[in-house]
Amino acid sequence: MTPEATLTKKDLKSDQEVRWCPGCGDYAILNCVQGVVAKLGIPRENVMFVSGIGCSSRFPYYMNTYGFHTIHGRAPSFASGIKIANPDLSVWIVTGDGDALSIGGNHLIHILRRNFDVNILLFNNEIYGLTKGQYSPTSKRGAVTKASPYGSLDNPFNPISLALGAGATFVARTIDSDQKHMARVLEAAAAHKGTSFVEVYQNCVIFNDGAFDDVADKKVRSDRTVDLVPGEPIVYGKERDKGLRIEGFGVEACAASDASVWNAGIPSPAPAMLFASIERGGELPDPIGIFRSVDAPCYEDDLHAQMAAVTEKKGPGKLEDLIYAGDTWEVK
Amino acid sequence: MTQTKEPGAELPLQVQEDVTIRFAGDSGDGMQITGNQFTSTSAVVGNDLATFPDFPAEIRAPAGTRPGVSGFQLHFSSKDIHTPGDRPDALVAMNPAALVVNIKDLKPGGIVVVNEGNFGANDLKKAKLETNPIEDGTLEGYRVIVVDINKRVAEALADSPLSSKEVQRCKNFYTLGLMYWLYSRPLEPTMNWLAKKFAKRPELVEANQKALQAGYNAGDIHEMFQGQYQVPACNDLPAGTYRNILGNQAIGLGLVAGAAQSGLDLFLGAYPITPATDILQQLAAYKNHNVMTFQAEDEIAAVCATIGAAFCGKLAVTSSSGPGIALKTEALGLAVSVELPMVIVNVQRAGPSTGMPTKVEQADLYQSIFGRNGEAPIPVVAASSPADAFDCALEACRIALEYMTPVFLLSDNYIANGSEPWKLPRMEELPKIEVKFRTDPEGFQPFLRDEKLRRPWALPGTPGLEHRIGGLEKEDGSGNVCYDPQNHQKMTQYRQDKVLSIRDSIETPGVEGPESGDLLVLGWGGTKGSITSATNTCREAGLSVANMHLRHLWPLPNGLDAIFGRYKAVLIPEINMGQLWRVLRSEYPEHNFLSYPKVQGKPFMASELVERIKSILEK
Ligand code: SF4
Repeated sequence: MTPEATLTKKDLKSDQEVRWCPGCGDYAILNCVQGVVAKLGIPRENVMFVSGIGCSSRFPYYMNTYGFHTIHGRAPSFASGIKIANPDLSVWIVTGDGDALSIGGNHLIHILRRNFDVNILLFNNEIYGLTKGQYSPTSKRGAVTKASPYGSLDNPFNPISLALGAGATFVARTIDSDQKHMARVLEAAAAHKGTSFVEVYQNCVIFNDGAFDDVADKKVRSDRTVDLVPGEPIVYGKERDKGLRIEGFGVEACAASDASVWNAGIPSPAPAMLFASIERGGELPDPIGIFRSVDAPCYEDDLHAQMAAVTEKKGPGKLEDLIYAGDTWEVK
Repeated sequence: MTQTKEPGAELPLQVQEDVTIRFAGDSGDGMQITGNQFTSTSAVVGNDLATFPDFPAEIRAPAGTRPGVSGFQLHFSSKDIHTPGDRPDALVAMNPAALVVNIKDLKPGGIVVVNEGNFGANDLKKAKLETNPIEDGTLEGYRVIVVDINKRVAEALADSPLSSKEVQRCKNFYTLGLMYWLYSRPLEPTMNWLAKKFAKRPELVEANQKALQAGYNAGDIHEMFQGQYQVPACNDLPAGTYRNILGNQAIGLGLVAGAAQSGLDLFLGAYPITPATDILQQLAAYKNHNVMTFQAEDEIAAVCATIGAAFCGKLAVTSSSGPGIALKTEALGLAVSVELPMVIVNVQRAGPSTGMPTKVEQADLYQSIFGRNGEAPIPVVAASSPADAFDCALEACRIALEYMTPVFLLSDNYIANGSEPWKLPRMEELPKIEVKFRTDPEGFQPFLRDEKLRRPWALPGTPGLEHRIGGLEKEDGSGNVCYDPQNHQKMTQYRQDKVLSIRDSIETPGVEGPESGDLLVLGWGGTKGSITSATNTCREAGLSVANMHLRHLWPLPNGLDAIFGRYKAVLIPEINMGQLWRVLRSEYPEHNFLSYPKVQGKPFMASELVERIKSILEK
């Protein structure tokens, strides 16, 4: 980290006009990401934003770093090739609920199991915005949208459970309108070596306005959400007087003094899964914060280590040896 | 392990110029290994050769059934040859199914070796036969050698520690020994191969070596054959060092050469698919050659990772076959749009859909030239033989890197699994490929083109060149998202002109035979051998027939128009329904093109081409 590498938010703004709908939650996320990335001490040229298709996927155009706006659902695959080719880059994948969980579901689970050292920001607005309002894989069952006038028949995915199930080594959730919380989570995600998966509740003002208001609205947030902070007791409420604890095979409410101390670093994803399964809008507050953060080897490091080990053992390969291998004979 | 007698001491030794043999058995009988061993030994002896394996898509179809028959055809010669041979002179049939499936191809009077041990009532039933073909007249007109190979192997290995099941697995080496005797081949190469292959299990080495020797001795002692043959070394090949090479192997080596000659690391993103998987497996072993392989979760991820690696400055390659290429199509449009260099290998197989995965077809030409949404031109290079696949892979790398474009490299099942002697290039003969990365921020614009219409290759990590690329239409120069109508016209034109201009960097292909005349036979891809043989035959018969082969299918080379104009007609044999034929009719509408389509999952036989040529010229 050289001192010259210190950037300001402004350094990361590209010259392109931002074209999301006024009031879209994406603006707040962009603002927060620019602030966090500026402080990482990574030179701008070593940062790369990769996206798929959807409203959120226009993100790279607005970052004055390297960027790749790819095709629908495949950003994780592009990022995999990028990280293998250049492990030194700080790679950020920006995706949405449709992009990551529907058309790109396969690539998401595979990048998570391989644990490439990248950061995935999933902007979850529970709707297809760019195509103007169809139900998405996170829309609630029964959601009435343009493509489901009588209610959607699909059961939604829970992005956090899905990521945990796929073996993600860092899993977190935050809210577009809570800049401070988002910055903390993004800093932790950036610091994590391995795939960091961050779900962001993102308000689509046009097609699904207020989808998260029941928990995310400033007025109710402190009572309706609980922040999972590694090493700290799981407490919430305006007065921070309420707590959650793991009891038997579930999570239950308790007094703040009886709350469990959150541990995101244990090998088993089971406790994180318990919190992920808390239904939003039910009796218990909706968990946000860091569900899981564990160390594990990264694919690209292992690949380059394997190449180095084979080269060490066999010596640097020569094309001539490959061509002239096997049984050869001379024709005079 | 010495031979007990001078080969052919008591039997006449006949010299033959040219022999085609076919080994056929159950998929589990080891016929591919047998064929490959015969091939390697023939290569060491100095024959020119060409091989063609023909195996079922199922790993182990039900034993003894017709769909489970696996075959390997080998043509070896003391003359320069071009194909694996139309019809075998000798057929080895390990069971009734193998016999009935293959016997119709055997030349009249040909030798057929039958393993009688597998012709019991049950075996006949599995092959859906009511009578025993050894006795029912099926084999009339052939020289039939009936051996109970099962029994002979059991006798030869009577004191082996192996179980009787394991002993029976040595059958193919007994058979190989027999054929080695018949064609006076040395045993040493296979003896050595066995010693290496089973180094960890000496009892297997011993048993297989014994079986090989026993088969050889049987040919000698039992006087089963009327004589022994010899096919001398071929002196027609140009001087040099040779090795036998499979098409898939040649592609792998050509790609490594492309990386070495351009000074780049090689990146391969792939998903296993028949018949392209070998390329992934081969390159995965080259970890000490700066080769990175990524076995992705699917075909789409494989191509997307490849494009990502291309952005970051690797020689990026993805390999697949038709159905996999179909899945990659959307991403290839992006590769065209962002103008990054990469090679897409398509080892074609018979389609549509899953089709016949292990059979031959060259029906993905449209897919390569046209198969994307929007105007998305991609250059296409096609290999014509296993050895040519090396040069074509290198050429595809050259075009990709020189023109900042994705390039298709077409091969097919026939080339991929076929083999022939390859004259090894001297390292200093290999062309250098010049690559320049942009590093200077002064005046940098990601889509500012040079005189060849190329955009700069600016790698992430380069200070001052931060830029964004993507699939949305880009403004000329700046690369910013742009929906301006005139700009789209201009960018589309640039992309097309850039690809078409590649033709100025390729040579007009040469014509063999008369410079003008009645007929030009034009081919592309794996049909070259059959076309060369057939047109040679026609010319020897005094016909006015020339032949030419295209390596570059898109853009087409300069000078074709003039060549086509010198012949009354141009015949295009293709293992598809006439794809090149239609392309040429639209590109050169004033010439007389005739299509000869064949889609049977098999290559052309030279003889059927000769017949077609003659019938055209008679009209
Ligand atoms: S449609 Fe919704 S998600 Fe898309 S930009 Fe507008 S507000 Fe944002």
